[in-house]
Amino acid sequence: MSESLSRRDFMKATVFFVGGAVGAAVGIPAVGYLIAPALKGGAKEAWIPIGKMADMSEIGKPYPFSFTLVQVNGWERTSTSHGGFVIRKSDAPDDLVILDSRCPHLGCTVNWKDAEKAFVCPCHDASFDTEGAVLAGPPPRPMDRFSDFRVTEDGVLEIFYKEG
Amino acid sequence: MWKKFFDWLNDRLGLNELQESLLERPEPKGNWWNTLGSASLFLFLLQGATGIFLTVYYTPSPDHAYDSIQYIMNGVAFGWLIRGIHHWGATLMVLIVFIHMLRVFVTASFKYPRELTWIIGVGLLIATLGMGFTGYLLPWNQRAYWATTVGTQIAGTAPLIGDFILKALRGGPDLSALTLQRFFSAHIWMIPLVLAGLIGAHLYLIIRHGESHWPTKED
Repeated sequence: MSESLSRRDFMKATVFFVGGAVGAAVGIPAVGYLIAPALKGGAKEAWIPIGKMADMSEIGKPYPFSFTLVQVNGWERTSTSHGGFVIRKSDAPDDLVILDSRCPHLGCTVNWKDAEKAFVCPCHDASFDTEGAVLAGPPPRPMDRFSDFRVTEDGVLEIFYKEG
Repeated sequence: MWKKFFDWLNDRLGLNELQESLLERPEPKGNWWNTLGSASLFLFLLQGATGIFLTVYYTPSPDHAYDSIQYIMNGVAFGWLIRGIHHWGATLMVLIVFIHMLRVFVTASFKYPRELTWIIGVGLLIATLGMGFTGYLLPWNQRAYWATTVGTQIAGTAPLIGDFILKALRGGPDLSALTLQRFFSAHIWMIPLVLAGLIGAHLYLIIRHGESHWPTKED
């Protein structure tokens, strides 16, 4: 048999495979350990319940809501507060405007002023109408909207929050 | 190609001479008890490698030490494996170093010309125990906290300077963030450097004197 393995070639192959197995057994955990945080899904998005539709019955009135997002990075937890307003345009449960209360100018929180019928930012006196459009002041664009929302079977309004 | 590269390196580094003096030196007939020093060296390198990996996630602060270890155990791929090897490797290293010392004592290998090797070995044993003592605090759990409380109190019973030793070890009268931080520094920098230096001297002396032969009935 000319194809029979010589002792030297057998040793070479054995060293190659055993060495490879040992290298993989050490290397894979080592690399996996180092890059583990990079492999975690970083998508910061969630459906967030903000209130019962039954509690927001008046058409045209801004109902404020707020929620807190907790982000876990390793052993550290950071929580950020968010808020906004829900305004019903009509009786239809999906005819809503949901505004982010963060001012698009520099990020202050706007308040609803019933007397002026406008959202007013305390920082630079910007004001917005119930659609979020800029009435006065420095903001470069209208108020941000949560355009993805749904009403669950038991009448709870949920918004889809996505970072960025 | 490979031969040419090796010859080039060998010409400049003297690899052949290195091999002759380090690996092909004359030795007495092999014995499993004589492998414990090499086993200790291997464990030291293993502890060094896994320890360096642990510092990627471990945080030596009372606020985060415990949580960061929980994260290593549950949140990081193979974190349980690396910490497990470091944890059990530490126990094994103390055991192997101690049996190595017993072997040298029983076979009377500490006699002339190897007294200095023995003395350095005593330093290595103490440094190894120091690694165990400082590393034990780092998880910052109840067991670690109270073990260090008791351990530093024992050191504090030394006459006259006991109180000073206690405060120096703890970085103050009580166990605190300072204690954790200085134990961490000792565990990853100071004691390992002492260990590495002593290991170098220990190995040099072994190569210089060769291994002692196994005692016979006439000895």
